Amino acid sequence: MSLTTDAIVKQFPSVKHIHDAFDSKKLSVFELTQSFLKSASESRHNAYITLCPELALEQARAAQVILEKEKKVPREKLPLLGIPLGIKDLIHRQGVRTTCASKVLENYIPPFSATAVSRLESAGAIVLGKLNLDEFGMGGSNENSAFGPVIHPTHPDRVPGGSSGGSACAVRASLCFGALGTDTGGSVRLPASYCGIVGLKPTYGRVSRYGLTAFASSLDQIGPMSRTVEDAALMLDVLSGHDPLDSTSDLRGATQARIALSREINWSATRIGVPKEYFVEGLSAEVQSSIEKSLQWFESRGAKLVPVSLPLTPYVISVYYLIAVSEASSNLARFDGVRYGVRPLAADHVKDLREFYTQVRGRFGAEVKRRIILGTFALSSGYADDYYRLACQVRRKMTEDLQQAFRSVDFIASPVAPTTAYRLGEKSQDPLQMYLNDIYTIPANLAGLPALSIPCGQDRDGLPIGLQLMAPHFQEEPLLAVGHALEQWQKGESFHAS
Amino acid sequence: MHPEFEAVIGLEVHCQLSTQTKIFCACPARAPSGVSVADLVSNAHTCPVCAGHPGALPVLNRKVVEFAILAGLATHCQIRRKSVFARKNYFYPDLPKGYQISQFDLPICEGGFLEIQTSSGRKRITLQRIHMEEDAGKNIHMPGYSLVNLNRAGVPLIEIVSAPDMKTPEEAGAYLRALHAIVTYLEICDGNMQEGNFRCDANVSVMPKGSKTLGTRAEIKNVNSFRFVEKAIEYEIARQIEVIQSGQKVLQETRTFDAQKGVTLSMRSKEEAQDYRYFPDPDLIPVQIQESWIDELRGILPELPEQKKSRYVQSWGLTQYDADILTSSKSLAQFFEKVMERLGKSKESVNTLAKLASNWISGELIRLVNESGQDLAMSRVLPEHLADLVELVHQKTISHTGAKRVLAVIWEAGGTVSEVVEREGLRQVSDASALDPIIDKIIEMHPQQVQEFKSGKEKLLGFFVGQAMKETSGKGNPSLLGDLFKKKLLGD
Repeated sequence: MSLTTDAIVKQFPSVKHIHDAFDSKKLSVFELTQSFLKSASESRHNAYITLCPELALEQARAAQVILEKEKKVPREKLPLLGIPLGIKDLIHRQGVRTTCASKVLENYIPPFSATAVSRLESAGAIVLGKLNLDEFGMGGSNENSAFGPVIHPTHPDRVPGGSSGGSACAVRASLCFGALGTDTGGSVRLPASYCGIVGLKPTYGRVSRYGLTAFASSLDQIGPMSRTVEDAALMLDVLSGHDPLDSTSDLRGATQARIALSREINWSATRIGVPKEYFVEGLSAEVQSSIEKSLQWFESRGAKLVPVSLPLTPYVISVYYLIAVSEASSNLARFDGVRYGVRPLAADHVKDLREFYTQVRGRFGAEVKRRIILGTFALSSGYADDYYRLACQVRRKMTEDLQQAFRSVDFIASPVAPTTAYRLGEKSQDPLQMYLNDIYTIPANLAGLPALSIPCGQDRDGLPIGLQLMAPHFQEEPLLAVGHALEQWQKGESFHAS
Repeated sequence: MHPEFEAVIGLEVHCQLSTQTKIFCACPARAPSGVSVADLVSNAHTCPVCAGHPGALPVLNRKVVEFAILAGLATHCQIRRKSVFARKNYFYPDLPKGYQISQFDLPICEGGFLEIQTSSGRKRITLQRIHMEEDAGKNIHMPGYSLVNLNRAGVPLIEIVSAPDMKTPEEAGAYLRALHAIVTYLEICDGNMQEGNFRCDANVSVMPKGSKTLGTRAEIKNVNSFRFVEKAIEYEIARQIEVIQSGQKVLQETRTFDAQKGVTLSMRSKEEAQDYRYFPDPDLIPVQIQESWIDELRGILPELPEQKKSRYVQSWGLTQYDADILTSSKSLAQFFEKVMERLGKSKESVNTLAKLASNWISGELIRLVNESGQDLAMSRVLPEHLADLVELVHQKTISHTGAKRVLAVIWEAGGTVSEVVEREGLRQVSDASALDPIIDKIIEMHPQQVQEFKSGKEKLLGFFVGQAMKETSGKGNPSLLGDLFKKKLLGD
């Protein structure tokens, strides 16, 4: 058997199908892993920063042994057995370098694995390698990588979105079966939307951040990126649950999202909020009409569409960027070259400590430098009250507004981004334009809410459009259930269209 | 001090907590017993958390909170039900994360006080706050390069900040000693000042006497002994007065104390001061403290120096001065209490025995401890030895000189009091019939002195007793000898 991974995912589009194929011996774990390694290494998308074939093949062999012994995939115990995954290169796998797409860390090999990665591996998953991103997760187009931009999986002149651009591209281009992304202001959902895959940002505290390089600690969450909502649910069930190594990790146990998908949805009791502030100038007409089509479908099932108001929406970008850059300026202070990372050698004759720091930290990319400087300013004495602390106050108010809205609705629907994937270089000279792109995704991070990005159509160029569904804290199960239903309808639509 | 000026002094004390593990990770916080911190292999006690690896996250050590609450309760502070860790941001190679996790506007303890005793009486010093934080590592500078040792990084500290309530170096010293006694009584800190486990920054300013406006203050950093703190403050007060009198202005700056020269030196001025950009640490949730936990800890608070002091005065009739010395360290107080436990059986003369025990402990025993540099707890002299000794002295079975000899012998080589007394032949002869022949002999040998004594020169009694002591090689009971001489010569 030497199928291309494109052919494999077409024939076996979800984990369930792959496992069926393992059971019936239509696929072998080892060959599946080899196929993915092959397409990943031959791909021109620049989705991977580091491939780890030795690790992956070793894990595949181990999975093979289990499979031979058990005859069938033990789906309860090892729900991801033999599934080849990619990991955003901001999350540690012990012994494999974590670069964060930065020149500062290009040689850093972490001595420990992230809890999220350990959990995937304990569930039988295979780690193919580390995926490209915007440096330290800072960016929305994946153009800010010291290892070069990621190419859009279907439209090479476009950006894949960021910062988890490598993850989204790799899933869509069949360079891995699923991936881990991280989402601070939309970094899972935006690239998922641009590349036409599913991306979930879980509730803050749902998935342990231990082993995730921090960008903005109060906003960061690891989330699954996958071909189907069902696979995202499966991955979340593995990733979630309390981790004593992360003090902000919620005490709840793991989710049971995959089982929740099979439950009947009570549509007539489902209320979907539509914020009036979200459908305004700047939103592309094609995106708007796609979203409206999905909303109409919800209505046709019996759901009620409820207009809601989020009056602080105009301040979302300012509040987010003040808080994110402030935390980032502190989080990135540890990259000083003293204990790890790239550092000057004795031969460089560094004159003093200041020059040492300058040489090390001078290696940050322009966007990272910009954010460190902004964050340092926003926290400085004399300015912190007007910037950082004021932003924190408005953030609390925004969270209250959203919680208030969720008293009358079960979900809030919106576009993921105002437009579809733009051209490489189109916005990279204008950071503000780039920042404005995050308006729909940021509120979920500020309020710590779960939010799902699902494909809901295409524009006239064939570029994917994503719908975002936001839910109250820890309501991932119903969120994924509704997303799953929408996905089933979408698949029917595209089947009819083609 | 200069009659026209008064000084204002506030102290910030950093106190290393003696928990088993560090504040935010499971690394050992101390060298294993018997090993000095200095001998520990560099960076042996580190992990991704305390070495500041990306992705590593802090998890608060509950014991640190417990120790901080104990410190707060012992100093009459309010314990915050919700306190918050904040990041103090600055760059230095010994600071692995580029920020120190500390507390800023919501510290765990606020508004307590401490009683101090000085030559001018008792005084209450206000405590502004106590907060928890992590220690940094250590830079080691070599010719041409520097090394970093992170064994200390993440070791828990509490910082105890006083109000600027002190006016003299003596008060500052007394405050520091009182605080030291409290944290060592609580056994939350080993109090070792040489190793920097209890260290102090002093804020000092001077102003014209009676003024309402505080002068510009200087901060003297990391002074590591009680005596040096007093000296540094004394020097700094004199320096600032001199600056003002010469028509110049005192600068707001950080200074260090050069113990060898006994002077303070400028380190950096206010213009060079750092902006620490404090903000709440998003990796840690607020510390919520249940009322029941505080009650539980209040229940296990040990007897503190102040309480011990008044108990000693009340139940044993000791002077405030004696009680101060005996309670200055927990080990000394415990030693004394064990001595009293053994002596306590003879109820009628307990106050006399207590005074005797106190004198022997704060005199001879402390002298031996200080001269040897040894720890009292490690010495061969046990409380029962001292109790037996006091008992024999009180019964006049041995003389003062004899008792000193016994103590010295046990200090050097051990043994029981009775063994040493017998072996060294120190038992006083208190049997009149045994002394009689000696007295007769001396009277016979010194007819002239006998004559003078009889005609009223009473001072000569000492001479006779001295001669008799010589004759008995120190074993005669001197007061008995005096009585016998008087009886023989004056007939009463």
